[in-house]
Amino acid sequence: MSKVHVSATVNGDPVEFLADPRESLLDCLRDHLGLTGTKEGCGTGDCGACSVLVDGTLLCACLVLGVEAEGKTIGTIEGLAQGHELHPLQRAFIDHAALQCGFCTPGILVASKALLDQNPDPTEEQVRFWLAGNLCRCTGYDKIVRAVMDAAAEIRGA
Amino acid sequence: MAKDDTHAYRLIGTRPNRPDGLDKVTGRARYGADMALPGMLHAAVLRSPHAHARITRIDTSRAEALAGVKAVITRADLATGQSGEDWNLTENTLAGEVALYDGHAVAAVAATSKFIAQDALALIDVEYEVLPHLIDVDDAIRPDAIALRPGSADASVPDGSPANVVKQIEFGHGDLDAGFAAADLVREGRYLTEATHQGYIEPHACVAQLGADGKGEMWVCTQGQWYIRKMCAAVLGLEAAQLRVTPSEIGGGFGGKTTIFAEPLALALSRKAGGRPVKLVMSRSEVLRATGPTASASMDVKIGMKRDGTITAALCDFRMQGGAFPGAPVDMALFCALAPYKLDAVKCIGQDVLANRPKAAAYRAPGAPMGAFAVESLIDEMAQELGLDPLEVRLKNAVREGDKSSYGPTFGSIGLVEVLEAVKAHPNLSAPLGPNQGRGIASGYWFNHGGETSVTVAVSEDGGATVSVGTPDIGGSRASIALMVAETFGIGYDDVRVNVVETGALGVNEPTHGSRATFASGKAAVISAKAAISEMCRRAAADWGIEPEAVEWIDGAAVPAGPNAGQFPPLTMAEIAAKMGETGGPISGHHEVTAEGVGASFGAHVVDVEVDSETGKVTILRYLVVQDAGTAIHPAYVEGQYQGGAVQGIGWALNEEYVYGRDGRLQNTVFLDYRIPVASDLPMIDTVIVEVPNPGHPYGVRGVGETGITPPLPAIANAVAAATGVRLRHLPMSPPKVLAALKARG
Repeated sequence: MSKVHVSATVNGDPVEFLADPRESLLDCLRDHLGLTGTKEGCGTGDCGACSVLVDGTLLCACLVLGVEAEGKTIGTIEGLAQGHELHPLQRAFIDHAALQCGFCTPGILVASKALLDQNPDPTEEQVRFWLAGNLCRCTGYDKIVRAVMDAAAEIRGA
Repeated sequence: MAKDDTHAYRLIGTRPNRPDGLDKVTGRARYGADMALPGMLHAAVLRSPHAHARITRIDTSRAEALAGVKAVITRADLATGQSGEDWNLTENTLAGEVALYDGHAVAAVAATSKFIAQDALALIDVEYEVLPHLIDVDDAIRPDAIALRPGSADASVPDGSPANVVKQIEFGHGDLDAGFAAADLVREGRYLTEATHQGYIEPHACVAQLGADGKGEMWVCTQGQWYIRKMCAAVLGLEAAQLRVTPSEIGGGFGGKTTIFAEPLALALSRKAGGRPVKLVMSRSEVLRATGPTASASMDVKIGMKRDGTITAALCDFRMQGGAFPGAPVDMALFCALAPYKLDAVKCIGQDVLANRPKAAAYRAPGAPMGAFAVESLIDEMAQELGLDPLEVRLKNAVREGDKSSYGPTFGSIGLVEVLEAVKAHPNLSAPLGPNQGRGIASGYWFNHGGETSVTVAVSEDGGATVSVGTPDIGGSRASIALMVAETFGIGYDDVRVNVVETGALGVNEPTHGSRATFASGKAAVISAKAAISEMCRRAAADWGIEPEAVEWIDGAAVPAGPNAGQFPPLTMAEIAAKMGETGGPISGHHEVTAEGVGASFGAHVVDVEVDSETGKVTILRYLVVQDAGTAIHPAYVEGQYQGGAVQGIGWALNEEYVYGRDGRLQNTVFLDYRIPVASDLPMIDTVIVEVPNPGHPYGVRGVGETGITPPLPAIANAVAAATGVRLRHLPMSPPKVLAALKARG
């Protein structure tokens, strides 16, 4: 099957790649652009490890075709920190020991940022329901929820 | 209580940032599937669609002819002539004459792209003769059951046993009849648990390269690079020393990554493809169909109790299926089931049974959660019947140091009583409960493990330390080992770097399993650091012209031991390190051992639930984990182990199960259908770290990974019983089952 030329913006940078029409955006990010921070846990949109932002909307990159990225603006875990300056969520996850194996962490951070962008003062329940699409098998979510609440407070300046 | 501020230690018990934290929050950490090599091929695996079928013909010629396909392998490409577990591993890697479960691999392809490899699978022609299958453990031991693998029973199985029993275990002590006769109440029950999967979020992945000369390399997500090396060598007929296995970061394991599944396929494909590297990444449905899972269990328990709650006798008779191969953890289930109780009369019988399911792998405290479900449920029921507080019954019968355990050995220092007293003191026990709400408590036990361990601690040129360990870091062990090494040297936490190294860099290490990484690698690292300290003291003594015995190590520096040794200013580790090239060469310490001094660990959980009488849904309202850590080196990651273990147990108790159709095929092969707990299912998980130091470890560590999954199954069942008056003896307590039980109650 002949490949399709795709132009997009990823983490603020212009990118181009050739996508097999059957390839997911997740595979294109990982295999063509070297952005392996976005993980595949299931390939069926159930685990959230591949959470990315596409034109500001939180999506599972495994459920988007690479060719659909044409002209889109995409945000991944690699774009969360500004140089050496970690996002408050990243700092909070380290401070709260909110990761164990770390495999779900990129997706949870991207999903949490999407939450805080639209709701800077979420309740514990809102955090839990927002992250219900991001599976973590190690932590039991306790420290993750605390880290997100703590980062939200920091961003609000509370 | 976490005694962060009451230790005599400088660093141990503090909560510094983990060394690998930055890599893991930025996406830089490299896991199994994140590796790519020049010239790399991609693999795909053809799997049996049948639960049990004879392979009458397999023709790979059409697949081999597809452009871009570089290798196709079948069983003929693996080693022959093995026996025992090596044969089991080979048979599980690729089916021979018979496919033994839905998902059993029968062939594999390597091609220049993932899509070509997948397309090639459809061109492999396999003819099957479908055979009758067995899924349920009790069905598999019926007298009329077909024999799945005749001749696979070992010598422990008595003549005349059911055909699919491959191992039998029996142990106990005391006079059982007299014990039951002395009881005021004797009760028995049958308890059933379904198979569950470890559910690590990272699917198995590796990149492997193997030449015709038998030399190979592998990058792989694994809990144990040496186990992978040994097993792959056996399956492929290689020399272990010629394989170099490098562990990637690991996205969860819980026991499921202590063994091989598809890794030998990647090596065999590489060998057949002229030595080109081959990447093999499993899909989630392959993970669920063909890796992991734990056993399913059918368990009979009989207990005798006096009116005051004293247990007079206990009998356990357990059967577990661990798939189409020996290895169900029925032995460990029995060892742990009654471990919290001091018993004068006890008997345990277990049978390991074959069924047409994937080969069971270890899952966090293998077997212990099931055994605890059976025993802790019945003890709770009997306490209720006698009008006794279930916590007091557990305290009354609790084992203490010096007691003979239910499985034979005498307990050394243990902390069960301290755990139960901490439970008693916790405010969750007095939280008010509303209608349809109930509280459950249960205890749990895990031995913990030492195992083969090899560690090197090297002093760096600037006075820091590099630690090489062989146990992959799954939950923060780099941090805990760095804390112990820094504490021992008297240097800063940030002056120590802990590296998880490949198989060529150390002697053999067992995997990160058995809750051993912080215990065993940590202990060996501390002993290694002490060896380096001795050498640094010797260098200082030579510099000062005094005897080495006249030098001691205090706060990161060599100092004269008292006024008689002479007056010299301290020589710091950095000062000694800066000159080590000219004072005799590099300084390091090394220790290797099959680690002893393991400290067993008890825990107890208290859970409050609410049961929706219209839907049968069980909601966790409050959850408390109390567990003896020995010493909590990094309390935040100890809490994390407690919380994670509890939540895996919650999933097992309420939702998770392997669901098979009448055709013997697994029906829930994606996370949507195999539903593990999500954030909105849960409250915060409260923890109390009890610290009864283990005298067998320099800083008192017991190991914390596994005990936490042992009490949740019965604790939740006991809470549901308290909330509804209905006792559920078959997990999971999913809404349909709970609803049916509520309707039957009326």
